[in-house]
Amino acid sequence: MSQHDSVTTRLSARIAAQFQTPAVRWGGIALILVFLAVLPAVFGQYATVIMTNALLYVVLALGLNVVVGFAGLLDLGYAAFFAVGAYTIGILTLEFGVNFWLALPCAVVGAAIAGVIIGGPTLRLRSDYLAIVTLGFGEIVRFSARNLAITGKASGLSGIGQPWLFGWHIATPTDFYYVFCGLAIGAVIVSLRLEDSRLGRAWLYVRHDEDVAEAMGINRVAVKLAAYVIGAIFAAIGGAFFAANLGAISPESFSFTQSVLILMAVILGGMGKIPGVILGAFIVILGPELLRNLGELRLMVFAVMLLLIMLFRPSGIWPKRGTRS
Amino acid sequence: MTAALLSLSGVSLAFAGNTVLQNVDFQVAEGAVVSLIGPNGAGKTSLFNCITGFYKPQTGTITFDGQALLKLKPHRVTAAGIARTFQNVRLFREMTVMQNVMSGMHCRTRSGAIAAILGLPSQRAEEAAIREACDDCLRFVGVTPDEYDRIATTLAYGHQRRVEIARALATQPKLLLLDEPAAGLNAGEKQELIALIRRIRDERGISVLLIEHDMGLVMQVSERISVLDHGAMIADGTAREIQANPKVIEAYLGQEDAEAELDF
Repeated sequence: MSQHDSVTTRLSARIAAQFQTPAVRWGGIALILVFLAVLPAVFGQYATVIMTNALLYVVLALGLNVVVGFAGLLDLGYAAFFAVGAYTIGILTLEFGVNFWLALPCAVVGAAIAGVIIGGPTLRLRSDYLAIVTLGFGEIVRFSARNLAITGKASGLSGIGQPWLFGWHIATPTDFYYVFCGLAIGAVIVSLRLEDSRLGRAWLYVRHDEDVAEAMGINRVAVKLAAYVIGAIFAAIGGAFFAANLGAISPESFSFTQSVLILMAVILGGMGKIPGVILGAFIVILGPELLRNLGELRLMVFAVMLLLIMLFRPSGIWPKRGTRS
Repeated sequence: MTAALLSLSGVSLAFAGNTVLQNVDFQVAEGAVVSLIGPNGAGKTSLFNCITGFYKPQTGTITFDGQALLKLKPHRVTAAGIARTFQNVRLFREMTVMQNVMSGMHCRTRSGAIAAILGLPSQRAEEAAIREACDDCLRFVGVTPDEYDRIATTLAYGHQRRVEIARALATQPKLLLLDEPAAGLNAGEKQELIALIRRIRDERGISVLLIEHDMGLVMQVSERISVLDHGAMIADGTAREIQANPKVIEAYLGQEDAEAELDF
């Protein structure tokens, strides 16, 4: 097993090293962009819809990665922020007739406030307690959605309108596919910039050694809260477009399983490693689809695959950043 | 004598009824190099932790540069101008030398998430300034640029200690607390440390307070020495005065730890 481990490690390290030369990296990026652009025309509607879902998960996983991967806070209720985004759009556009683009900032602010409310009092706790609190928060949001009249109770909200953008009516699955492409690319850029910033480094310091970070003058509660709020904003934006895409939302879209699925994408790819997390999101969504012809067995085969990945690569699929030692 | 930069008065600390510090009065003058010595378990590191805000003494006052420190959280104490190193080198693992030192600049810089996401010119300029300041601190302690991108914990121990001092200097302190900076260093490295401590004070104008067991180093480098025993300050004076103080000799001879022997 150890031999196998070293082989996979070396192989993936070599692949990663390839990505570090600028020519290969830009070439790879160009290839990915071209692929994303032609996908609907080449692979048809079904693949487009699946890819749209995968791209949504890229946004969500990158958002959770800020919380879990960068800042090192375990969050088991991340779907709650996703729900806040989706329901804010649903309620504002349906009940109050607000334009989607005006409702979107409200969703962002709403999620940020939710992040502060849940994070403020709990971020002083150690991470295992935080996991329990976030788990509870996730369930509270879902139960509220299921019982409040304004959220449409168990049947949820339907008939959410599709937005217009400068004369472009975002209506067909292909339209939404391109919107989610844009969101995912935006999420990647934001993640990369945050990672290589003063705040991004502060998250690393706090994650590695809270006491020393504090002795170096870093306000650990403020820094963690920032991670929470930023993560919540990613989820809210994802949720807003999710609601507009489907036109209908129900509490079951925001269950604990959803939170776990997003967390799985983050852990599978390798916490804190942006390309890894993207890969993790694709695996979590595309994996079961690719195994579709296995019929009844597909989820079980998928589960075994995940277990094997975790067994052989406990710190995620993506290799560590190549650093000289 | 110049005014006191740091002043502790009547500081007492107890954990679950166990007295760690009792009624400690202690001062560090502006521009001074002061050593805090005492047998193991005397409460030296606890005193550091009180100054830096990690422990909250039950009674007493701590004043630094005209500001009361006692209610401040550790990161505010650092922002006020006190930096520290740790007894066992505590560098951020899996991070490079440069990244480690950059942590010190956090409290002297401003850019937030939005500036970083938008890549504003002010943010980029600040990032460059951070690197420049850290480069300056690293050169000052004698770490060369070829080591900046190495994982800090893979350096030789003596160099790890230097990186830790550079990281503390990057917070731009007025007072530097060194917790046993010579532990684990060989004779040559100790001489370099003495020279470095003097340069920190002379060239950067930073006052230094150190805890140290190596009496040779303490006697050479410090202008004043304070002696802590069983949580109480038993003596305070110049090296010569301390060496002749019967209470100090008793405190050291009264215990068997060879490490803490006074070898004058």
